[in-house]
Amino acid sequence: MNLWNDPINFIAGWLRALLTGWGLSLDLAKIFIMLVGVGVLIVGSLVLAIFLVWVERKVVARFQDRVGPNRIGPYGLIQPFADIIKLIIKEDITPTTADKVIYNLAPVLALASVLFLWAVLPLASNIYGVDLNVAALYLVAAGALGTLAIIMGGWASNNKYALLGAFRMVATMISYEIPMVVVLLIPTLLAGTMSFRGIVESQAGAWYVLMAPLAMLIFLISAVAELGRAPFDLNEAESEIIAGFHIEYTGMKFGLFYAGELLHAFTFGGFVALLFFGGYQFFGLEKLGPLVAVTIFLAKAMFGYWVIMWIKYTMPRIRIDHLLAFNWKFLTPLALILLVVTALLHKLLAGLPLWGITLIMFLTNVLIAWVTVEILRAYGRKQRQAEEVLAPAGQH
Amino acid sequence: MTASQIVFLLSAALIIGSALMVVTTRKLVHAALWLVAALFGVAILYGLLEAGFLAVVQVVVYIGAIAILFIFAVMLTRKEMRDTGPQTRRSWPLAALLGLLVLAGLVFLVLDMPDVARTAVEIPAEVDTVGALGQALVSPEAYALPFEVASVLLLAALIGAVYIASGQKKE
Amino acid sequence: MESDWLYIGLFLVVGLIIPIVPLILSRLVAPHKPNPIKQSTYECGLETVGESWVQFKAQYYIFALVFLVFDVETVFLFPWALALGQLPLFVVLEGVLFIGILVAGLVYAWRKGMLEWA
Repeated sequence: MNLWNDPINFIAGWLRALLTGWGLSLDLAKIFIMLVGVGVLIVGSLVLAIFLVWVERKVVARFQDRVGPNRIGPYGLIQPFADIIKLIIKEDITPTTADKVIYNLAPVLALASVLFLWAVLPLASNIYGVDLNVAALYLVAAGALGTLAIIMGGWASNNKYALLGAFRMVATMISYEIPMVVVLLIPTLLAGTMSFRGIVESQAGAWYVLMAPLAMLIFLISAVAELGRAPFDLNEAESEIIAGFHIEYTGMKFGLFYAGELLHAFTFGGFVALLFFGGYQFFGLEKLGPLVAVTIFLAKAMFGYWVIMWIKYTMPRIRIDHLLAFNWKFLTPLALILLVVTALLHKLLAGLPLWGITLIMFLTNVLIAWVTVEILRAYGRKQRQAEEVLAPAGQH
Repeated sequence: MTASQIVFLLSAALIIGSALMVVTTRKLVHAALWLVAALFGVAILYGLLEAGFLAVVQVVVYIGAIAILFIFAVMLTRKEMRDTGPQTRRSWPLAALLGLLVLAGLVFLVLDMPDVARTAVEIPAEVDTVGALGQALVSPEAYALPFEVASVLLLAALIGAVYIASGQKKE
Repeated sequence: MESDWLYIGLFLVVGLIIPIVPLILSRLVAPHKPNPIKQSTYECGLETVGESWVQFKAQYYIFALVFLVFDVETVFLFPWALALGQLPLFVVLEGVLFIGILVAGLVYAWRKGMLEWA
C-alpha cells in the first residue's frame, strides 16, 4: 500500500491512525474519514463545474467562429471566477407571488441531484466514492430527483412561462428516461452486474461500444434529452417562453441551475465513457497508476461532453410533437428490440471466444441499423407521396 | 442507542410528519411534495435495511414516476388548486377512534408474531442479492408466474389508461 | 455493504448542504432593495393576466401514464438482466415474453392515437 498505487487507502489509513491516535473510537474515525472523502469529491466536482463554465464558453465560441473569453488571465481562464463573483454580488429577487420555500429549495435540489451522481462514478479502479451494487438504478434515481427539482422550480415561480418550461422539460425527461434505462440494461446484462466498477472491469477485453454501438447512440441521444440541451431544449426555448423554468431566478440561484446543467452534461459524458468506452481503461495504460487512470477517465468524459456540446451547437430545436413521437415511436421500440436481441445473442454465443462474440454482435447491430434506416426511408417516401396527393406539384 | 436506531427514528419521524402534512396542507401541490418526502423516508428505511435495490426502486418508481404523475394530475384536474372547505367533518373523533383501534390491533398482531424480535441474519457482502432476486423472479419453481402476471397487470393498466383517455379525446 | 449505504447517506446530506453555501454567501454580500415592480412576475414587461398556475393539456398526463408503466417494467427487467448469465435459455425467453406483452401495450396505445400530440 503506497501513495502512488493506492492513494485513497493510503490517505485513509494515515488519517485513521492519526484520529485513533487522538483518542477517537474506530467507528467515529471511519465516519469522519468518509465525510472527508465525500467533501473532497463534492468540492472537487464543483471546482470542475467552474472549469466547465470556461470550457463551455470557449467551445461554443469556436463553434460560432468567435474567440470566446480571452481577456482575464491566460486564455481567459480566470473568467469563470469573475462570473461567479458577479453572480454572488447580484441582487436575489424573489417574486412576491412565488411559493418561497419551494422556490428556494429547487435550485439546491437541482444541483444536488447532479452531485449525487458523483458518489458512484469510478474514477479509477481504486478511486471511487462507493461501488454500489445497484449503481445503474441509482443513476436513474438521482435523475428522478432532478426532474422533481425542475417541476418544483417551475411551479413555485408562479409564472406561466416557468410552468410551461417545467412541464415541457419534465415531459421530455420522463419520456426519454425509458429508452435510456432500457439501453442501460444492455451493459448491465453484458457485464452481469449493475456496479459501475464491475461494468468497467468487464470491458477489459472489448469496449461495449463495439458490442452495442446502437445502444451507445441511443444512450447519448436520450442523455442529451435528459439534460434538456439542444436539440431538445424546449424547456428554455427563448423565442417562445423566454428562459423556461428558471425565468424568475436571479443571481446565485440561477448560478446553481447553470452549474448543475454543465456538471450534468459532463457527468453524462462520463457515464457514456464508463458504460461504453471502457471507463478508466485505455489499452493497459491505466495500470501505470490510479492518477493516470483518473486522467484517462476525465479525458474520455471530456470527449463525451464535447460531443454533447457539438450536438447542442449544431442542431436546431425540434418541435414538441416531433420530440415525443421520436421517443415513443422510434427510440423506445428500437431500444427494446436491441435489448431482446442482445440478451438472446449474449445467451446463445456464451461459449464463443470474445472476438467472435464482439464481431457477431457488431454485425447484428449494423444489420438492425440498416433495417431501421430502410423502414424510415419507406415511411418517408409514403409521407411524401401522401403530401403530393394532397397538394400536387406545381400548385403550391 | 446505536447510530442506525437514531437514523431509523429520524426517518420514521420524517415519514409520519410528512404523511400528516399530506392530509392537512391546503395546497394540492404541497401535498404532493410532502408525499415525496414521505416516500423518500421509506427509501431511507430500505437503505437502512441494506435493501439497496428496493431503496433505489422506491425513488425511481415512486418519486420519479408516481409523484410526477400526481403533480400532472393535480395541474389537470382543477383550476383552483387550493382547498377552501373545512378539513374535518363532525364525525372525526369517531374516525380517529377507529384508526387507533386498527393501529392497536396491528401492533397486537405484530407483537404476537414469533419472529418479530429476532434479528435478521446478516447477508455476507459477496452474495449478489439482486442477481438472486432475478433468478427467483424467472425460475419456474419460484416466481415465474407472478413475474409474467405483473407484465399482464401493467398491460391492463396501460390499456385502461388509453381507453379512458381516448374517450375524453372524442368529446 | 452497510458502509456503502452510510456513504450514500452522508453524500446525500453533504450534497444538499454544500450548494446552500454560495446562497448564504450571496445573501451576505449582495444588495437587497426590493420594490413591487422588481418583484412582480416577469412576462416581458406585460402585466400578468389571470391565474399563473394554469391548467394543462391532458396529453401530458397520458405520456406520464405510459411512462409509469414502462418505468415499472424496466425495474423488473434489471434483476432479470443480472441473472441472465446463470439462467437456461428457456428462462431467458420469459423475460422476452415479459417485454413482448408490454410492447403489445405500446402498439395498442400507438394504434389508438394516444402517442400523438394533438
